Amino acid sequence: MWKKQPDHCFSMSEKKVTILKKSIVELKEVNKVFGSNHVVKDLNLTVEEGEFLTLLGSSGCGKTTTLRMIAGFEEPSSGTIQVEGESIEEKEPYERNVNTVFQSYALFPHMTIYDNIAYGLKMKKVPKTEIVERVKSIMELVQLEGFEKRYPNQLSGGQKQRVAIARALINRPRVLLLDEPLGALDLKLRKQMQLELKRLQKKMNITFIYVTHDQEEALTMSDRIGVMHEGIMDQIGTPTDIYEHPATKFVATFIGETNIFEGYVTEIRKTDAESKPILQVAVENGEIIGSGEGFQEKEFLTISVRPEKMKYSMQPVEGFTLSAQVKDFIYVGSVIKCIIVLPNGSELKVERLAGEELPPIGTAVYPYWKKDDAVLIHSMDHVVFNAVDDAELV
Amino acid sequence: MKKHTWKSKTLPALIMVGPVSLWMILLVAIPLIYVVIMSFCGLDQYYNVSYRFTLSNYARLLNADYVKIYVQSIGIAFLTTMLCVLIAYPFSWLIARTRSRHKTLFYMLVIIPFWTNSLIRIYGWRTFFGTTGWLNTGLEALHLISEPVQFLFNRGTTVLGMVYCLFPFMVLPLYTAIEKLDGNLLEASADLGARKAATFMEVVLPLTSGGIFSGCIMVFIPTLGYFFVSDILGGGNSDVIGNLIERQFQSGNNWPLGAALSIILIMITLLMVRIYQKLGGDLDSLGV
Repeated sequence: MWKKQPDHCFSMSEKKVTILKKSIVELKEVNKVFGSNHVVKDLNLTVEEGEFLTLLGSSGCGKTTTLRMIAGFEEPSSGTIQVEGESIEEKEPYERNVNTVFQSYALFPHMTIYDNIAYGLKMKKVPKTEIVERVKSIMELVQLEGFEKRYPNQLSGGQKQRVAIARALINRPRVLLLDEPLGALDLKLRKQMQLELKRLQKKMNITFIYVTHDQEEALTMSDRIGVMHEGIMDQIGTPTDIYEHPATKFVATFIGETNIFEGYVTEIRKTDAESKPILQVAVENGEIIGSGEGFQEKEFLTISVRPEKMKYSMQPVEGFTLSAQVKDFIYVGSVIKCIIVLPNGSELKVERLAGEELPPIGTAVYPYWKKDDAVLIHSMDHVVFNAVDDAELV
Repeated sequence: MKKHTWKSKTLPALIMVGPVSLWMILLVAIPLIYVVIMSFCGLDQYYNVSYRFTLSNYARLLNADYVKIYVQSIGIAFLTTMLCVLIAYPFSWLIARTRSRHKTLFYMLVIIPFWTNSLIRIYGWRTFFGTTGWLNTGLEALHLISEPVQFLFNRGTTVLGMVYCLFPFMVLPLYTAIEKLDGNLLEASADLGARKAATFMEVVLPLTSGGIFSGCIMVFIPTLGYFFVSDILGGGNSDVIGNLIERQFQSGNNWPLGAALSIILIMITLLMVRIYQKLGGDLDSLGV
């Protein structure tokens, strides 16, 4: 009896591992060029089955083009895209287990809501009785019962969005591509739909690839976020990863609020074997410290400190020679945003909890942080440079 | 004070609308009323119009010879319309959806021939097809034929001339309808598993049907009246209603009968427009 136990455990854990690691969409060295415009540069991306992956970036960063290439609406200029282990080049869009929710909804204006939702099944020649059943259940799922006979122009933005989602989900795709699906909705509805989408994704266990420019939306919904900037995937990781350990200056500034310092390393101190070396960095207004590996003396770097990690003291703190003046307090509910100004006029944001005692405006303070709370980023961004070098070959 | 109001409100309106109204009254309304009155008039023994009420003109419209021409005209108009749709649809699709910067050029290629009088262009075809025309001389030079072939003066050449003349009227509404079509819908359809043919039948055709129908009306109705095309290219073998009307006013010298025939043509036109409206068509896209 006892002999079987470890066996069983082993198989269970192995199974779990394979489920987690199975990739469903794979992009390798994908480039897309429109005329003289290099839109997507050397993109490598593996999407795991059942995950909610968000492509995040400002407009024109190549995220929508990437999505459209996965959908098969655009062909990559070079590189390969595989869905479920098969290259998509050989398949027409109608042959794939991938469906898209369009930013503009793209509902057929001449069809009723029922016909819109049933369209995919009708095209696949599913028996009529089954279509009726499946449309009914999907309409319940997206809470659209009773709208069967209406036309798209009789629906509100949020309702149209639900129809677009239902129309895609009814085909039971393995991967659902969503191109800024909530972009046209007002804030309250958007928040509500975010949660609903997440619920649907969990419930139906479908892989979602979601494109948005809204960092808050990305942080709320995603299992992983890929941040794109000028056609390059700057960083891909969990929301915490991206927020706590941004790999580039762009990621640091694009996701959440932060304070950025540019400077160069004056000294590297190795304290003990376990912790990371401490770096003394000279910036425009003085000296600061941080900790990180892989940096050299005299190297230029960028340092990012989140407002909630930024502190100030009434006395100078060891390692820091910055001095500043309190300029303003902004109350944002549970936290107070404190603005302090450095001698050169640049402002730092410091978050304090409401109820804390605040110094009067104009007080001289000394900003500092725990050395591990500063994120150090190589200024000569090797990611960007590599991609630009390769781009010339295309 | 009152005078000031009249000047500032009525006068500008009068200046803006006045000339158009005058134009419409003089050149459309009065002639139309005249035609209606004329259609109920008779003829005296010297073939002059005598203004006394009679229904005899309308009674003569049911003459078997005339009915034959109505049927023939409708047949020619139907064939012309079908050919125009079949040629213009792919063509309009091409120019409406191309990303080429020559888009305007393609469009102008349809419009520019319009600037030449259609009568002259139809004579051009006659020269081309004639027994001493380019086609015959060319074929003879190639020794494909030994003596000139009579290509002209049949229903085929009439339809060809009609299609040639009215083609732009089909292209314009089709172009507008196809250009308005949202490309996302085609992608959505493909995304949902529809093949190209299914996308065309389910999405493209229903959404451009307004353009197709207004194009059809704009080709069908003029075809019934384009007498000069069948005169020049049909040689009297493929008359349309327009020919009947023309003959009554010219050689027949029977204006009241010609007027009655015109009324019939107007009735057919209105009937077609009515059907168009019933099918959900928009009058604005007909340009009326």
